[in-house]
Amino acid sequence: MKKLFMVLVLFVLLLPSTTWATKPVKIGMVTTLSTKAGYLGEEVRDGFKLAIAQEEGKLGGVPVELLVEDDGRDPGKAKQIADRFMKRDDVKIMTGLIFSNVAIAVVPKVVRSDVLYISPNAGPSALAGKGCNKNYFNVAYQNDNLDEVVGKYVNEAGFKNVYLLAPNYPAGKDHLAGFKRYYKGAIAGEVYTKLGQSDYAPEIAALRDAKPDGVFFFLPGGMGINFIKQFSQAGLNKTIPVFGPAFSFDERLLGAVGAAALGVKNGSQWTHDLDVPANRQFVAAFREAYGRTPTLYASQGYEAARLIGSALKSVEGDVSKLDALRAALRKADFESVRGDFAFAANQHPVQNLYIREVVEDGAGGYTNKTLKTVFTAHSNAYVDACKMD
Amino acid sequence: MSCTTYGHPGNGVPFYVLMLLIIEQILNGLQLGVTLFLMSAGLTLIFGIMQVINLAHGSFYMIGAYVGATVTARSGSFLLGLLAALPAAALVGMLVEAIVLRRLYKKDHVDQVLATFGLIMFFNELTRIIWGRQPLFMDVPAWLSGTVEIIPGIPYPSYRIAVIGVGLLVALFLYLMFAHTRIGMQIRAGASNREMAGALGINIKLIYTLVFGLGTLLAGLAGMMAGPILAVESGMGESILILTFVVIVIGGIGSVRGAFIGALLVGMVDTLGRAFMPAFFRLFLPTAHADGVAASIASMSIYILMAIILVWRPKGLLPAHA
Repeated sequence: MKKLFMVLVLFVLLLPSTTWATKPVKIGMVTTLSTKAGYLGEEVRDGFKLAIAQEEGKLGGVPVELLVEDDGRDPGKAKQIADRFMKRDDVKIMTGLIFSNVAIAVVPKVVRSDVLYISPNAGPSALAGKGCNKNYFNVAYQNDNLDEVVGKYVNEAGFKNVYLLAPNYPAGKDHLAGFKRYYKGAIAGEVYTKLGQSDYAPEIAALRDAKPDGVFFFLPGGMGINFIKQFSQAGLNKTIPVFGPAFSFDERLLGAVGAAALGVKNGSQWTHDLDVPANRQFVAAFREAYGRTPTLYASQGYEAARLIGSALKSVEGDVSKLDALRAALRKADFESVRGDFAFAANQHPVQNLYIREVVEDGAGGYTNKTLKTVFTAHSNAYVDACKMD
Repeated sequence: MSCTTYGHPGNGVPFYVLMLLIIEQILNGLQLGVTLFLMSAGLTLIFGIMQVINLAHGSFYMIGAYVGATVTARSGSFLLGLLAALPAAALVGMLVEAIVLRRLYKKDHVDQVLATFGLIMFFNELTRIIWGRQPLFMDVPAWLSGTVEIIPGIPYPSYRIAVIGVGLLVALFLYLMFAHTRIGMQIRAGASNREMAGALGINIKLIYTLVFGLGTLLAGLAGMMAGPILAVESGMGESILILTFVVIVIGGIGSVRGAFIGALLVGMVDTLGRAFMPAFFRLFLPTAHADGVAASIASMSIYILMAIILVWRPKGLLPAHA
C-alpha cells in the first residue's frame, strides 16, 4: 500500500506542469466528459475546438489556449476545477458546463470573481431571473425555451388532452412548466418518474389507460431512449403522437433509439439543415473534422467560441479590459449558425425556435428535419425578473 | 394549473378494466423481478460463498449488453448476440476473479469495496474507449417484436413475455442444479460453511472461479436481455446494482432461493408502487401535490420494504447461514 502511494506521488510530481507563462488567452472549459452524459461535453468541446482550429489556434485573431477539465457531472468537483482555473491558471473567461444543477453551484462564484462565464448549454431559470449577472452570458437557450416551442406547437396543432412525463427533480418540473406556459388544453396526467429510471412499463400502462391524444416528455439522455423504445414496443407510437424538447432526439441518441423515434416532433433552437450560410459552413466543417453530423450541443460549443472570438477581437486579446470585453460580448457581433441572434436584457438569447421531425437520413440512420418556425425572435420568461446593475 | 383536468386510473373506470390494468402491472413487476433475479442470483452466491462484496457485478451486466448489442448489430442475429454475450461476461468475470479478487479474499470488506469500485470505473471507461460515448442501439429480434394480447384488450410486448419466460427457466435450472447435482451441493456446502467444505475435500478455489463465472454469466444474460428495452450505455450497470443489493439483503445473503423471492418482491413492490401510488394519494390530496408525493414515496417503497423485512428478520428472508 505504502509503495503504491509513493509511486502515485512520484507520478503526480513528474507530470508536466501546464502553467507556462504565455501570451495566448486562456479559456477554461469545465464540462461533462465522463458518466453516461459524457457525450454532451464531448459535443460541446468538439464544436468549440473546431472554431479554434478554423482560425489555426486563434479566436477573433487572438491566440487562445483551451483548458478542458471533466466535472463528472458533480457540482463539487466542478467547483474545484473552476477555482483551480481562476487561481492557478488565472483564467478570465470560462465556459463548458452542461448540467443546470452544476451551473447553479459553480456560476455565481465565478461571475462574482469578475470572471466572464459563457454558458454553452445549461440555462436554468435561477441564473436568468433574479440570479442574473452582468458577467454571465448564455449563448444556447434559456432552459424553458425548448419546451415553450413544443407547447405552442402542440396547442396550435389542436391537441386537447396531453399526458406529461418528467423525472422527479427540479429541472423536470421546470421543463413541464415551460410546456404548460403555452399549452392551453387539458392535462391527461402528469407523472414524475425516478431520476435515472430505466424501466417505464408501469408508467406506459398507466398512460395508455388515461387515453391521452398526445404525450409530452422531458427525459434527457438514456432515460429518453428507454422510454421511446418501450413506448414503441408497447405499440403505442402508432396511436399516440410523442413530443418533447430536443434533448432526447439529438443525432447521437437517435442512433441508439432507432426506428422507434421516427416521426417524433421535437423543439430546438437549431438543426443542421438550417439554411444559413454560417450554418452550412459549420456543418460541413464539423463533418469533415469529426466524421459525424453535429448535434445541437456541438453547435452551441461552436457558437460559444465564436462569441468569445468576437469579443476578444474588439479588445485585441487584452482580457484585463473587463468592461470593454463584456460590452463586446453583449453586442453578440458574430455570424451565428442560427441566423439572427441577439442577447435579451438578461443576456440570454433572442432567437427563432423550431419544431423538427425525426426522419430517416437515407444512409440507414436517423436525423432531424426542420418542420416549422414556431417562434421568431423569442426571448424568455425571466427577463423582467432580472435586475442587472 | 387550475384549469387543467386530470384523468386517473381507478376513478369512474369499470371494475374489470381496473383489474386488467392491475394484471398488466403485475406482469411488469414480474418482468422486473426476473431481471433482478438474474443479477442477484450470481451476486448472492459470490457474496455468500466467497465473502466478497463485488460492487462490479453491474459491469458484467453492461459487458453482456455491449457485446450482445455489437454482435447482434454485426451479424443481424439476436441469438448469435446471445451466444457471444454469455461467454464474454463469464470469461471476463473469471479473469477478474483470478487477477483481482483472489487477492482480496483475506482482506476486509473496505478493501474489497474500494477495489471493486475501482473496477466499475475501469470497465465504464473501457467501454467508452472501445465503443465511444454515445449509447448503442439494440432492437428486439423480429420474431419477438410486436405485441400479444394475453390479457384481453391489452396488447403486451412479446419480448417482455420472453424475458419473463427466460428468467423463470433460469430459476428452474438453478433450482435443479443446486438441489440435484453434485456441483450444486458443493456450492451450497461452500455457502454454509466454507472451512468445513474445504476440509471435506472440496476444491474451494475451483468452486470460487466457477461460481464467479456462473454469476457473471447470469449478469451478462440479464444485460443482454435488457439491451433491446434499455439504452445500452456506459454505467448502465450501476442503476440496477443498487436494486440487486436490496434484493440480496431482503432474500438473505448466500441464498439463491431467497434471491428469487426477494427479486419478485422488489419487482412487484417497485412496479405496483409506481403504478398505483399516484391514484392512491389523489384520494385525499390535491392532484398536483399528490403526483409529487406519490413519485417520492414510490421511489422509496423498496427501501421501506427492506427496512421492514430487516426489522422482522435481520438476516433476510431465507439466509444461507441460518
